[in-house]
Amino acid sequence: MRPFDYHRPDAPDAACHAAAEAGAKFLAGGTNLVDLMKLEVMAPTALVDLSRLGLDRIEEDGEGLRLGATVTNSDLAADPRIRSQWPVLSRALLAGASGQLRNKATTGGNLLQRTRCPYFYDTSADCNKRDPGAGCAALGGVQRNHAILGTSDHCVALHPSDMAVALRALDARVALRDGDGLTRVIAMDDLYRLPGDRPDLETTLAPAELITAVHLPAPHGDRQVYRKVRDRASYAFALVSMGAVLAMDAGRITHAALAYGGLAPRPWRDTEAESLLIGERPSEALFAAVADRLLRDAHPHEGTEFKVPLARRVVAAVLREATQ
Amino acid sequence: MNIELTVNGDTHQLDLDPRVTLLDALRDHLRLTGSKKGCDHGQCGACTVIAGGRRINACLSLAVTHDGGAVTTVEGLGQDELSPLQRAFVEHDGMQCGYCTPGQLCSATAMLTELDQGWPSHVSAELDGPYDLTEAELAERMSGNLCRCSCYPGINAAIRQARETAE
Ligand SMILES: Cc1cc2nc3c(=O)[nH]c(=O)nc-3n(C[C@H](O)[C@H](O)[C@H](O)COP(=O)(O)OP(=O)(O)OC[C@H]3O[C@@H](n4cnc5c(N)ncnc54)[C@H](O)[C@@H]3O)c2cc1C
Ligand code: FES
Ligand code: FES
Repeated sequence: MRPFDYHRPDAPDAACHAAAEAGAKFLAGGTNLVDLMKLEVMAPTALVDLSRLGLDRIEEDGEGLRLGATVTNSDLAADPRIRSQWPVLSRALLAGASGQLRNKATTGGNLLQRTRCPYFYDTSADCNKRDPGAGCAALGGVQRNHAILGTSDHCVALHPSDMAVALRALDARVALRDGDGLTRVIAMDDLYRLPGDRPDLETTLAPAELITAVHLPAPHGDRQVYRKVRDRASYAFALVSMGAVLAMDAGRITHAALAYGGLAPRPWRDTEAESLLIGERPSEALFAAVADRLLRDAHPHEGTEFKVPLARRVVAAVLREATQ
Repeated sequence: MNIELTVNGDTHQLDLDPRVTLLDALRDHLRLTGSKKGCDHGQCGACTVIAGGRRINACLSLAVTHDGGAVTTVEGLGQDELSPLQRAFVEHDGMQCGYCTPGQLCSATAMLTELDQGWPSHVSAELDGPYDLTEAELAERMSGNLCRCSCYPGINAAIRQARETAE
């Protein structure tokens, strides 16, 4: 690990200020950043510890909840309000990592964790995300945990977070604050960039911009499902995952928000595919049409073809469960 | 950097480079070598300790971030005599090489507290507890601890016995 300065501010403005130094990074649970620093995939020159900022509370916020950026994944998953009204979020969190890791992992850190592409982790391999312009070893390499939607010729890496998938289906918003004390709130949809020709730029955050909270609006539906398909029954990242929030009235679907993990460089949503469901009665043919729409632009590479039929089955299974 | 760390009830002053992980601080600076370094990347659970009442991977946590905090390692689980869980591991042959054992013990100790607090898991059918320690719940809740010797039958039997005698 390369040497770095360590700061432990006690207020968000001081944290943003400290992070304005070139080469500085925020440190939340450290479960991703410390890992990457050990491998020298990331080498920040300063760490700004967020653990003493008082951002570790879950508070009522109008119709919904305000999740502080340093609330741990286990506290969030176990919160009685989340369990009863936003179960898709509890389920997604519980499907991620291990008990030990969830005790450290935080809301902000989970959203901004880096990809698990093995070539990104291997500093001897070419990777445009780690080293812009270097090329992409994944493209000619072994592909299994790579994206099939939203990729570019420069990068096929996946966004790995389960929580982000659920938050996407719940129309969550992200509260930010920069070094000048300016605050803004953006939709989850606007947080992540697609790789294009700059896969190193993963989000729309400005340097030293801090996630202070996630706003969780009242859910649009009480039929909530999270399903995660992976190589092991537990403790592995998703091959394909899906979070669904649905409402029905008199046998017809009135609301559908469907988000996907394991398919794209960011938590994925396709509102066109969702709109096929509105006003319809559930049927296998309808579910297949949603999957067709979702996967119409899928661009699998050798090794990721299996994700197309797998995603179709996941879509059908989740919609069946959510509408029964 | 100077920090204060209370480990198994004893308070220590340490002067550490910020790069030192909690695991290395325990093993190399405090000579508490019970906590093991397996993968060093959060994947095996051998380094599991209880910090602030919660089980964590000590290998991914910088020691300086624990300044002022309290940590329990395997050495602190049963100080004068073995804890019921430790005894159950011996009775049920819950180890072969023993490398994963300290992490298994710390993890299981904290996992049983999580169960008492009614925390759900990925395999829980309902999100509102309480939950029994079924085979599926046990496997899921302990999935962050890998055992290369595959002593899972003994480990599981030991954890269940400790749970039952505690009830
Ligand atoms: C073995 C293993 C298995 C895992 N399995 C899964 C899984 O199945 N599913 C899953 O979703 N995840 C999984 N994870 C990833 C884990 O969820 C993340 O490491 C964790 O959520 C990151 O949170 P953190 O608080 O530790 O972030 P950190 O590591 O502290 O930070 C991550 C990044 O976010 C930035 N950051 C943190 N907080 C803020 C903030 N408030 N504002 C701005 N920037 C911020 C940091 O600068 C850093 O770049 C796994 C991890 C491991 C090690
Ligand atoms: S040594 Fe920490 S999890 Fe393997
Ligand atoms: S007893 Fe050998 S690793 Fe578990």
